[in-house]
Amino acid sequence: MSDRRRFLKSSAAVIGGVAVGGIKPAVAQRMDDTSGEYWSLGYEPNTPDDPRVYGQRSRYVTSLRTYNPKRTRATDDIHTPLQDIEGFVTPAPLHFNVNHGSAIPDIDPSTHKFMIHGMVDKPLVFTMEELKRFPSVSRFHFVECSYNAAPPERRYPDATVARTHGQTSCSLWTGVPLSVLLKETGIKDGATWIVAEGGEAKKRTKSIPLSKALDDAIVAWGQNGEPVRPEQGFPLRLVTPGYEGPANVKWLRRIKLGAQPWIAHADNPGHTTLRPDGKGRWFEFEMGVNSVITRPSGGQQMPGRGFHPITGLAWSGGGAITRVEVSTDGGRTWDDAQLEGPAHRFAHTRFYMPWKWQGGEAVIMSRATDEHGDVQPSLHELNQIYGVQTDYWLKIKDSRGHFNPIQPWRITAEGSITNAVWEI
Amino acid sequence: MQYGKFSLVILVTTLIINSGACAQVRTYPDLGTTPSAEQLKDWDISINVSGDELPPGSGIASQGETIYMQRCVGCHGQNLEGTSLGKPLVGGQGTLGTLTPKKTIGVYWPFATPIWDFINRSMPPNLYNIPVDPSQKLTADQVYALTAFILYKNNIIAENEVMDRETLPKVEMPNRDGFIPTNLDDVLDYRGRGCRAGTCP
Repeated sequence: MSDRRRFLKSSAAVIGGVAVGGIKPAVAQRMDDTSGEYWSLGYEPNTPDDPRVYGQRSRYVTSLRTYNPKRTRATDDIHTPLQDIEGFVTPAPLHFNVNHGSAIPDIDPSTHKFMIHGMVDKPLVFTMEELKRFPSVSRFHFVECSYNAAPPERRYPDATVARTHGQTSCSLWTGVPLSVLLKETGIKDGATWIVAEGGEAKKRTKSIPLSKALDDAIVAWGQNGEPVRPEQGFPLRLVTPGYEGPANVKWLRRIKLGAQPWIAHADNPGHTTLRPDGKGRWFEFEMGVNSVITRPSGGQQMPGRGFHPITGLAWSGGGAITRVEVSTDGGRTWDDAQLEGPAHRFAHTRFYMPWKWQGGEAVIMSRATDEHGDVQPSLHELNQIYGVQTDYWLKIKDSRGHFNPIQPWRITAEGSITNAVWEI
Repeated sequence: MQYGKFSLVILVTTLIINSGACAQVRTYPDLGTTPSAEQLKDWDISINVSGDELPPGSGIASQGETIYMQRCVGCHGQNLEGTSLGKPLVGGQGTLGTLTPKKTIGVYWPFATPIWDFINRSMPPNLYNIPVDPSQKLTADQVYALTAFILYKNNIIAENEVMDRETLPKVEMPNRDGFIPTNLDDVLDYRGRGCRAGTCP
């Protein structure tokens, strides 16, 4: 440690908790002159130790992600606190995270390479530096775990919206459209699929239709204006707008083109769902049209009677959200909520409805419609599609992905709020 | 040589078409490099169900059992019954339509080649991305042998049946018709096959 550095540390101890703004310069000094002891605050300016060079949130802000209590060593899943999110963008540090059998790899972007090969005219390998020289796009898209809001997560009356729906997050992703790169490699006749592979030890892969790759998939290095976070795939991830989480392959190192799907582990047996008759559904791709009220929501307490807006998020793997309806009487009557526009395709969309709570019991819920006219089903409608009774979801010892029935919250006369999904 | 002249016409035509494809115009010719044959071979570990990407090599169940008892038994158990660290690799017959379905290889997996791919790609697990000593990596022969052992323990192949790039793709799995749509060519058209609002038929 240099003398100056030691001095800085000791003076910091003396200064203690004095806030930066509370120190007045004795003499006028240029703001960019960091040589004077006036700046002696216990850290070197313009280094990662300096708390001002990468901004911090207020110490009064305590919103945190929460682990799935059932997480395993292999998944280690952690959920977004949707009840605390403002607008429709999820801050990167609060993005949900699930890893399947690999810790987050530590990849040096200066040596990372990405290869496209298979049924192409000319296989190519790109460095990160080369990728960033292509024309880029920035688009808002959600990424959602296919098991978000699955029956086991909604099983508990005291479940919060973080527990029930916290495996979806929305970011501004920046990267090069995969279609631009595939134009460089060329595509051989007969190619209909791609398989995308991650660079972690387990090298998880997912088969994706070539049509999706050409339509709107992004090879992304940016997330909300910063490099993609390590847990989200640094330095490179695939974003397949509206497709289930595993199709958004993290730590992307390779894409191969072919004439059939590869049946990667994430294609089957992973991410398939059983029908009650024992047949499996596979390649379900798009996340269903979905919505949830985030305030007021499970585990919260109404602060008092009177004006209390209802707000939440809606999203769909089918495209843009076109309508969200809200009911405050358990689904007997519905009113259109206001959408905070513009509603981006395959992005979280904030909805809002003014409401006065009169102090009595109320059951509040939301129902979304997307650009295809697809309407979020009620649990009753989903039961009919499956040919089951509600208790099937509580008894089945197998999770159900792509489970998007309407989520009701019950507000008691005392103002406490519980999960009422199985009651309606 | 009855078809000699005709073949020549086809050959020339093919060359013209191919050279046309090679002469494809790139918009950003400065960006990206052509991978070496070695790089392609090292990286290309995907195995599709036709099996044409499988490497040379072979193995039988008894060889697989020896490797299993050294490398796999700790997580998957003495009788492949699974532990808290590894999934069961056998059992579960008749459970798919019940409230306690067991999606084991023998009961649930529709193809045999993904067993090879998964073992080769991901086993033994390396949770913390620690660089692996190449001598510890399973060889193609070992992966064929382990695949044969698992298939044998699920009563899908005989004890002495050799698994290689020819035989493995031909193994008929009990649940091949257990998925909707059954035909892989019908999977692509998501909306055409009736998927709506997050639920497929």
